[in-house]
Amino acid sequence: MTPLSHIRNFSIVAHIDHGKSTLADRLIQSTNTVADRDMKEQLLDAMDIERERGITIKANTVRIDYTAEDGEKYVLNLIDTPGHVDFAYEVSRSMRAVEGSLLVVDSTQGVEAQTLANVYQAIDADHEIVPVFNKIDLPASDIDRVAEQVEDVIGIDASGAIPVSAKTGQGIHETLEAIVQHLPAPAGDPDAPLKAMLVDSWYDAYLGVIVLVRIMDGQLKKGDKIKFLSNGTTHHVDRIGVFRPKMEHIDALGPGEIGFLTASIKQVRDTRVGDTITHERKEVAALPGFKPAQPVVFCGLFPVDSAQFEDLRDAIDKLALNDASFSYEMETSAALGFGFRCGFLGLLHLEVIRDRIEREYDIELITTAPSVVYHVYMKDGTMIELHNPADMPDLTHVDHLEEPRIKATILVPDEYLGDVLKLCQDRRGIQQDLTYAGSRAMAVYDLPLNEVVFDFYDRLKSVTKGYASFDYQLTGYRQDNLVKMQVLVNDEPVDALSMMVHRDRAEQRGRAMCEKLKDLIPRHMFKIPIQAAIGGKVIARETLSALRKDVTAKCYGGDATRKRKLLDKQKAGKKKMRQFGKVDIPQEAFISALKMDG
Amino acid sequence: MLSKNSSQPALNEDWRAGGFGIYIHWPYCEAKCPYCDFNSHVTRSIDHDAWRAAYREELQKLHEEAPGRILNSVFFGGGTPSLMEPDTVATMIEQIKTLWPIANDLEVTLEANPSSVEAERFRDFRCAGINRVSMGIQALNDTDLKRLGRRHTKTEALRAFDIARDTFDRVSFDLIYGRQDQALEDWRVELSEALSLTVDHLSLYQLTIEPGTAFGDRYNAGKLRGLPSDDLGADLYELTQDLCGEAGLPAYEVSNHAKDGAQSRHNLIYWRYGDYGGIGPGAHSRLTLNGQRHAIEHALMPGPWLNGRREDTRSILSDREQAQELVMMSLRLKQGMDLARFEALNGRSFDTATLKHLCDLGMISFDGGRLSVSKQGFSVLNAILAELLNF
Repeated sequence: MTPLSHIRNFSIVAHIDHGKSTLADRLIQSTNTVADRDMKEQLLDAMDIERERGITIKANTVRIDYTAEDGEKYVLNLIDTPGHVDFAYEVSRSMRAVEGSLLVVDSTQGVEAQTLANVYQAIDADHEIVPVFNKIDLPASDIDRVAEQVEDVIGIDASGAIPVSAKTGQGIHETLEAIVQHLPAPAGDPDAPLKAMLVDSWYDAYLGVIVLVRIMDGQLKKGDKIKFLSNGTTHHVDRIGVFRPKMEHIDALGPGEIGFLTASIKQVRDTRVGDTITHERKEVAALPGFKPAQPVVFCGLFPVDSAQFEDLRDAIDKLALNDASFSYEMETSAALGFGFRCGFLGLLHLEVIRDRIEREYDIELITTAPSVVYHVYMKDGTMIELHNPADMPDLTHVDHLEEPRIKATILVPDEYLGDVLKLCQDRRGIQQDLTYAGSRAMAVYDLPLNEVVFDFYDRLKSVTKGYASFDYQLTGYRQDNLVKMQVLVNDEPVDALSMMVHRDRAEQRGRAMCEKLKDLIPRHMFKIPIQAAIGGKVIARETLSALRKDVTAKCYGGDATRKRKLLDKQKAGKKKMRQFGKVDIPQEAFISALKMDG
Repeated sequence: MLSKNSSQPALNEDWRAGGFGIYIHWPYCEAKCPYCDFNSHVTRSIDHDAWRAAYREELQKLHEEAPGRILNSVFFGGGTPSLMEPDTVATMIEQIKTLWPIANDLEVTLEANPSSVEAERFRDFRCAGINRVSMGIQALNDTDLKRLGRRHTKTEALRAFDIARDTFDRVSFDLIYGRQDQALEDWRVELSEALSLTVDHLSLYQLTIEPGTAFGDRYNAGKLRGLPSDDLGADLYELTQDLCGEAGLPAYEVSNHAKDGAQSRHNLIYWRYGDYGGIGPGAHSRLTLNGQRHAIEHALMPGPWLNGRREDTRSILSDREQAQELVMMSLRLKQGMDLARFEALNGRSFDTATLKHLCDLGMISFDGGRLSVSKQGFSVLNAILAELLNF
């Protein structure tokens, strides 16, 4: 066990792409925590998707042994946190397990929206914060400007900021020293009854559920009988260990330490993140705990090949084992058959889960339009949570609707500000604040979540050439004039394309949708009307003209085999379409139709 | 005169509805055209004796497998078979006539380029036994001929056509339309000129950009500009049907037009889904042997083929696959397909709702037990096939 004075627990907060994972890699590498031959990029991002997208989804942890300049040996525990707004919840709980943070800012970019969101969480968790200005090896690096921004925008002292190049290794030693010297040691009583915080948990096919814990008081040993305070369940601890970042088994964890335990727990759902763990028959006061993450974005996931429904169920069950923030229930669509209505923390979360199902379980999916949760107030005074526009009750019984709103913070170089403001206006935003830090503007908007959920971030990136950063938090519900818009293809309603829209935007959305569908649906042998309607009233219409030419010019004896194979291939392609009456709609249409260009 | 096999009713003799032909593939050209995805190669030297010997060997083998049938047609295709030694052609035709019983109206076709050099040899080919030539004229203007990578001019082509007309009983030629920057009116003028020549058969192909060709590469690189839109393509097709119809050369197949009686008998064997023996690199066969239809493919590359690697793959087509091929091929014909024949192979008829849907759209019609595609349907035949073949 390590004496408390020689432990430092910290996290790294940064905007995406500011070099958080690279910095973590360097800290691990320079302390010889990982042998050079095992070193790979973004060590802590274990999932393929994390590495590919350059993002961290799950919190990860690593224990680093460091001999400081004072000659003492320290144990540094790093919890690497997700940078994306969808996983803000993971960030907040990881923060509670450590005492300090490195604030990484890209010195060529400056403070961004996620820097702000994450650093405020660190401040909320009473962290000591050491600013680190990364990428100083690049010519565009401007440390003075970034220091000014950190002081002006965030309001913390930047005089002790460390200039670093995680790429070349410059400043890594200074960073390690700053962790030891400026971050506080944890507090705790080794002789008090065990009190540990359940920081995170995930499922491992061989070990069962792995529980990441931070010991507050007392000691946790292999063989101990432990109790989860939230539900009173008891478990026998069969393994204890730390991550370096590979699992390494040890015998005990003492106060201030971060490590894992396994106790033959079968489901992640049996472990509540934020829970307090103690020994069986011991009474301790519970830690404050966290409120569970609420899904805010819902969409339908349907297998392209309806025979794969059971495979999809299996895949979703397995993913849910490891992700308590993801909810699902069976859904039946007239158009798409059997599938699941799933709830996610945000769009990135949705994409990650969808990618994992397609990749790890090899199931092709049709994803329907993402929707937020509307509150439908009925005339009889009851309220229904509407997750799926297809379930919208009959209007005669509805009194009014409320939709979720967010507070969005956008940082942008001022030459793009006009476009950003226009985008926010177009999405029914209400400006709440507009301030400047140097040549960058910070706009704060109150926006309906449903206007943001689909392609807001893509549009923002595109109108600002990628220079804007964006973060948001949910603020509550507000009544508005919302209606359900239906789409009819060849006079048949396609339930999977119906959506909730603001009445004032309905014509515009309907027109855009019909135009999009006209491009997305292949021509058929007959012309196809595509209409958007509210109730029985058509508000937009396009006509897809009939296919006029699709014939193989030459076909002789040598072509019979090839032509037959071509038809078979066409048959496989047709499987990726869904039939609505006599019309085949390609699966990607269900998502692409909703993207707005303006 | 019927072969012995016809007395064995248990065996599947479906091919008889289409007849029997032999296809000989000559794999060499003087230059590769940028649109062509056929199995053709350019080489510096050709050992004509070795090729003659190899072809003779293969004819012998084909005869061992499929003896006794009445032969309706022989077709020398390529490549550019007009580059063969007329002697080789003569020897082969002679050999074929000794091996199989010959139909009274045996058609022997040679594909030829309309260059002056080749035209000089037409007389020799006629003596060798060729009675029909199919000429790759492709365009009747020099700019487009150049763009299509053709080595002849319009004047040269017309002269070669005249010589062919004087030499052979039957002459057909090919044109490619839907070319780069070709307006509807350009094609009207050019096709009218073609129809004014004394011709009784025309193959009119819309330019198709095939993968693996020079055009295909340029297309993928975004450098093949001025190709017609689908709508213009459809207009060009309709104009072609109208002009040829008025000139007394109606379409008897998607891209083939002929005066009555002047249809290509060889190609009709394919489209009526008869049997054919293919000889030469990359040649395909459909041969019904002991009641089973064999699909045979010869090795693609000329070198290995000549050195003895001839037959490459052989598979036996299931009834369903045969039914599929019958539909694919025979619906290309204006006369359509015998429904009883399809049902016998397929084991059941088409889906009634699909037939009704296509009929309501005016794409197909029924007459005297035959299913045929309408004029309007021909331009979207692939979509019709996809519907019919139960997709």
